Amino acid sequence: MAKIVVDGTEVDVPAEYTLLQACEAAGVEIPRFCFHERLSIAGNCRMCLVEVKGGPPKPTASCAMAVKDLRPGPNGEPPVVLTKSPMVKKAREGVMEFLLINHPLDCPICDQGGECDLQDQAMAYGADTSRFAENKRAVEDKYIGPLVRTSMNRCIQCTRCVRFSTEVAGVPDLGAIGRGEDMEITTYLEHAMRSEMQGNVADLCPVGALTHKPYQFHARPWELIKTESVDVMDAVGSNIRIDTRGREVMRILPRNNDVVNEEWISDKSRYVWDGLKVQRLDRPYVRKDGRLVAASWSEAFAAIAAKVKAAPATKLGAIVGDLASVEEVFALKTLIGKLGSANIDCRQDGAALDPALGRATYVFNPTIAGIDEADAILLVGTDPRHEASVLNARIRKRWRQGGLKLGLIGTKVDLTYPYEYLGAGPDSLSDLAGTGAFGEVLRKAQRPLIIVGQGALARPDGAAVLALAARVAVACGAVKDGWNGFAVLHTAAARVGALDVGAVPGVGGLDVAAMTAPGGLDVAFLLGADEVEIAPGAFVVYLGTHGDAGAHRADVILPGAAYPEKSGLYVNTEGRVQFANRAAFPPGEAREDWAILRALSDVLGQTLPFDNVLALRAQLVAAYPHLGHIDEAVAADPAALATLAQAGGTVDKAAFALPIDDFFLTNPIARASAVMAECSALRLAATAQAAE
Amino acid sequence: MSVRRLAAEQPESFDFTPELEAVAQKLIAKYPEGRQASAVVPLLWETQKAAGGWLPEPAIRAVAERLGMANIRVLEVATFYTMFNLEPVGKYFVQLCGTTPCMLRGAEAIRHVCERKIGHERHVSADGTFSWLEVECLGACTNAPMVQINDDYYEDLTPENFEKLLDDLAAGRPVKVGPQNTRQGSEPEGGARVLIDPALYAFKSNVPGFADAPATETPDLLAAGLPRAAAESPVDPTAALSAAQEKAADGADTREKREAVAAEATKPSGAGE
Repeated sequence: MAKIVVDGTEVDVPAEYTLLQACEAAGVEIPRFCFHERLSIAGNCRMCLVEVKGGPPKPTASCAMAVKDLRPGPNGEPPVVLTKSPMVKKAREGVMEFLLINHPLDCPICDQGGECDLQDQAMAYGADTSRFAENKRAVEDKYIGPLVRTSMNRCIQCTRCVRFSTEVAGVPDLGAIGRGEDMEITTYLEHAMRSEMQGNVADLCPVGALTHKPYQFHARPWELIKTESVDVMDAVGSNIRIDTRGREVMRILPRNNDVVNEEWISDKSRYVWDGLKVQRLDRPYVRKDGRLVAASWSEAFAAIAAKVKAAPATKLGAIVGDLASVEEVFALKTLIGKLGSANIDCRQDGAALDPALGRATYVFNPTIAGIDEADAILLVGTDPRHEASVLNARIRKRWRQGGLKLGLIGTKVDLTYPYEYLGAGPDSLSDLAGTGAFGEVLRKAQRPLIIVGQGALARPDGAAVLALAARVAVACGAVKDGWNGFAVLHTAAARVGALDVGAVPGVGGLDVAAMTAPGGLDVAFLLGADEVEIAPGAFVVYLGTHGDAGAHRADVILPGAAYPEKSGLYVNTEGRVQFANRAAFPPGEAREDWAILRALSDVLGQTLPFDNVLALRAQLVAAYPHLGHIDEAVAADPAALATLAQAGGTVDKAAFALPIDDFFLTNPIARASAVMAECSALRLAATAQAAE
Repeated sequence: MSVRRLAAEQPESFDFTPELEAVAQKLIAKYPEGRQASAVVPLLWETQKAAGGWLPEPAIRAVAERLGMANIRVLEVATFYTMFNLEPVGKYFVQLCGTTPCMLRGAEAIRHVCERKIGHERHVSADGTFSWLEVECLGACTNAPMVQINDDYYEDLTPENFEKLLDDLAAGRPVKVGPQNTRQGSEPEGGARVLIDPALYAFKSNVPGFADAPATETPDLLAAGLPRAAAESPVDPTAALSAAQEKAADGADTREKREAVAAEATKPSGAGE
């Protein structure tokens, strides 16, 4: 710790703090453009200049000067930092004047207007007139992909975007070519960026040089209602802010949450919102004579009731989709139970996860923040870059710190960091439990982390693979006091919540495979389940949001609410319970899913015992107390893993497949999005080109 | 300086020749394992030489691949340094200094010669022999105006002698590198004019024990145009050098010896004070 006086206030900060951090610790705000907490220090904007006593006798860039670099006074007084002195004011005004020399005065037509760092700081340090009578610099706009729009005249060369793509995203596409005044930010020959987190560069841009292309000229920040919510595109549960104008979702931005997504989100999370507006189911439909015909709610319910009454209870079943909140899964499970059936499953992909084995067997036990502490990571049947992009960035962050050993079993993929490839299938995993060299690495590690993906579990021998992975984890000491390094990486936002409330087949119940098989069910309820195909013969009730696979197969369509249109709990892959607020309203006659189920239950004569979402949530929490701990990842009992490790089962030799074919098209909302379609096509073209 | 862009017309591909690959291996070997990216500037330079004086886009990619860097990282370097030409250059690439001292000494006239004899700036002459570019100071201000053609400086130019120089180069005739007038290096024209008083070179030692050298010898030698070193020490300089090398080779005590000599040298002057 070192003492330092900031504007007359003495603070005690760690010696390795930068002056900027020390000033913030003292409650003094320092303007900055290039500095960003999660990126390396560049020190090139010079906006953070401060005056120091105990350092060089000139304005000092506070982002790049450490507290320990300053000398004490002649009598041992702590060094002094002045942030409001005339010298500082003059220096910052000079910097601002230089920045504005080449910055166009197009704020009225700039998307960044109203939330622009340069605009804000020019209010504090800008001059009212320009002394610059020459021509401004003109820079050609660059094409850097379908997601980020460039307006390069506005660029102030802070290089945050370059540092982000190189350091955090790990796909070094962006660079600064030329030098001095002619420095320009671009990709190599203006190809599209290839990162799946590229949208973040537009967030990082302190000016309007990089803006969100799908959002361009759509709205102004001051006319948007901001709602804090949770993302459902993957199982990370990234914290997001949904900005709406009227009934319309205008954009999605990340929220800072150090233990989940830091402040990044993937492009799918960010740009999927245009999919919320198209292909929507906005009224109930009933299939008559082979065609879906618009119907009223009561007609739809009557059609369902007729079929349900005719069917035996064992021939009723429900499949939970990937985007459902815990409340509606709970409501559906209760309803199916009341109808006398044990047929419910939330594992559309057939992953061999069973809540009966204990919660520790299906959550990401070490938590996402725990990745920072791991010193050896084994990835089994997973491609975290595309299954959980933000989590992959976390692994990359850990790798950049050094001293991390990485191994992968499964399909060889580019994860943005190097790893040791250990093999393709369960055989390689068995080796680790015995003689494998990487097994030794895991055993020697203080905090080994074993990440099991759905690619390893969604297969006939999934249960045996899960047990084998647990055996490896226990054998290498990944499960011990203070550290549980067994992690299951999910791909579906609804999955852990649904497993938590036990949305799996009860005694004698049918699982997904049995329900979708011919003759499996007479009446199937699909709660937004679009990744399964019910065999012909069954009467399918689809409760969902988009005209996707499930709706095409449906005999009755009940229009539900998409994730920004309902409030609900989501449990992410680490078992963290998070609350998503409602930001918009469902279109047309669509209703929140739990309310539809409640109304349907009444028609079916099995009224669910709650009349509003609060009552539902109260019952949910009463039944599953850990769901009441919002924003917490309640640690699961690791004893379950020891038991699981004892379980036998034979694994076959087939290689682990990847659970995600196309990153951009994993759910009905994404499949409805034109932006996602464009990204997907671009990626396909790039892959085809690379294959040539 | 202006915005530097890759040339519009690019070759299809660029392959490392065996010679270039050998050079690359040598360069990369200078850096620790995994730090091969440090060789990017020298390797680009060698590549530019191999590619005919400029860097085609495929060559930038080839260098990136050879060093395991992202293409954009190499492009950043190539566009940053003006020593890398992004557009084709002539067989003789004339870099004309146009900075103040050269400008004051007539670089404008040289520029006109370039324009007349070669053509527009940054354009290769029709026969591919010449191209020219005005550059910032090349550090030969004493011999202004000057140009750099490929690796050599041609100084003290006048429109006439520069034109002749270009003609000679075009015709393949031998040319003189350095000042194009009678000057020797950056010496004054017509020989030394100051510091020629012989008394300045009379050797007077304040070290006791050293006899004053006879003052007459040196000026004569200077006037005869002999190099100073030869004038002062009539011993064969190569012999002295090899002796020094032998001394250095014979072991660890060399440094001590040197220190002892230095101490010896400083002591009397300290005593004199």
